[in-house]
Amino acid sequence: MGRTGLNWDWQVFCKNTIDGEVMPRCFGNGGEITYLDWLISAWGWTLSVALLSLFVALLFGSIMGILRTTPNRGLVFLGNAWTELFRNIPLLVQIFLWYHVVPSLAPPLRDVPSFLLVVMGLGLFTSARISEQVRAGIMSLPRGQRMAGLAIGFTLPQTYRHVLLPMAFRIVIPPLTSESMNIVKNSAVAFAVSISELTMFALQAQEETARGIEIYLAVTGLYFISAFAINRVMHVVESRVQVPGMIGGGK
Amino acid sequence: MMLNLDFAFLTPAVLSGYVVKGFIFSIQLTLIAMLGGIIIGTLLALMRLSGKPWLVMPAAAYVNTMRSIPLVMVILWFFLLIPLVTGRPLGAEMSAMITFTLFEAAYYSEIMRAGIQSIPRGQVAAGYAIGMTYSQTMRIVVLPQAFRNMLPVLLTQTIILFQDTSLVYAIGAYDMLKGFEIVGKNFNRPVETYLVAAALYFIISFSLSTLVKRLQARISIIR
Repeated sequence: MGRTGLNWDWQVFCKNTIDGEVMPRCFGNGGEITYLDWLISAWGWTLSVALLSLFVALLFGSIMGILRTTPNRGLVFLGNAWTELFRNIPLLVQIFLWYHVVPSLAPPLRDVPSFLLVVMGLGLFTSARISEQVRAGIMSLPRGQRMAGLAIGFTLPQTYRHVLLPMAFRIVIPPLTSESMNIVKNSAVAFAVSISELTMFALQAQEETARGIEIYLAVTGLYFISAFAINRVMHVVESRVQVPGMIGGGK
Repeated sequence: MMLNLDFAFLTPAVLSGYVVKGFIFSIQLTLIAMLGGIIIGTLLALMRLSGKPWLVMPAAAYVNTMRSIPLVMVILWFFLLIPLVTGRPLGAEMSAMITFTLFEAAYYSEIMRAGIQSIPRGQVAAGYAIGMTYSQTMRIVVLPQAFRNMLPVLLTQTIILFQDTSLVYAIGAYDMLKGFEIVGKNFNRPVETYLVAAALYFIISFSLSTLVKRLQARISIIR
């Protein structure tokens, strides 16, 4: 890369990915695509992986976090084991397990697209962290809340549904916000199994164009924007659901 | 369900031929990034708490930037930029060590900042009152207590760091995961090798985090 000083060449994004010709309107037409087209579709993949994984993570993380606070020892053990298992294996290794190992151990999963395998991998990895936060949220409530629920004749599930969880989920919104931003960052690992997301784009486009700095800057900027957007959305959620009179609850 | 798992090919000779080299690098990378990261991170934390805008702003900008970029992208950035700065390629392993040290510094600095802030103001005042300078107060009074308070969190971050070292995959450095991957390719047994790799990472991380929990219990009794 023989560049002296900073010779920006942002035109690289208007180039055709096949022969490197600069396209007049920066977007390809017909069968051709420019690096800009590719960048936008990669961003779409990053957001899809992140949002679907977040859904999986919230679902399993909440269930496991709740189980860990129940009086049933078996359920507590299940929740603890789940959390330790998915927390103590590196994300990249978990992605490889889903991609290389799970389909060969469970043949029906052989036709599942790798995109969904990555979503499961990233989702379950993050579910371990969310289960920690949900558990901490429930544990932070005064004991009396649970007792009061049971005392007025609620069953245990009803106590959770109507008394504990509405409070606990509000308490854990701030850590869930940072976990949601983490999931955008962690989705970068999907490049390792050839999902055409932003990091994969960065690696390949850098190689093809030798314009690494421009490409990386664009990709890094999109990661920033995505994480920031999630942060804003979570703030809206937080202020919508806040209970007047609670600490941090508002006016 | 057909389970045809065969671990027989993973002999000690195969492991020491391919995996040990990578394992040593993973540990090396973890330790260097931990030491370097804690030292630089502590300096960053002191800068952020100094109250002087020309120190606070660059430190805050550095920490916030590092923390909002995916680690994989940071690894790629450094791998691209280091040769431009030094004028010659450094190799994936060396590049990884520099990257992880500077990246982890941002995370350690947040931990140290919380640790320093947890020390009562009176401690600093007491240091000054007996005639200590700023640096003496920090070195002799504040930092030792901050380190002790934050030790469990610093170690937990190090376990995360150890897991994250697997991401050097992005630049092809030879770490533990890479060692297993090569074995899997050579013997055409990726399923078994990835399972063993996962088990090994799990055992290491789980036992370390169990130790940290014990340590935490001990420290909290003393205090």
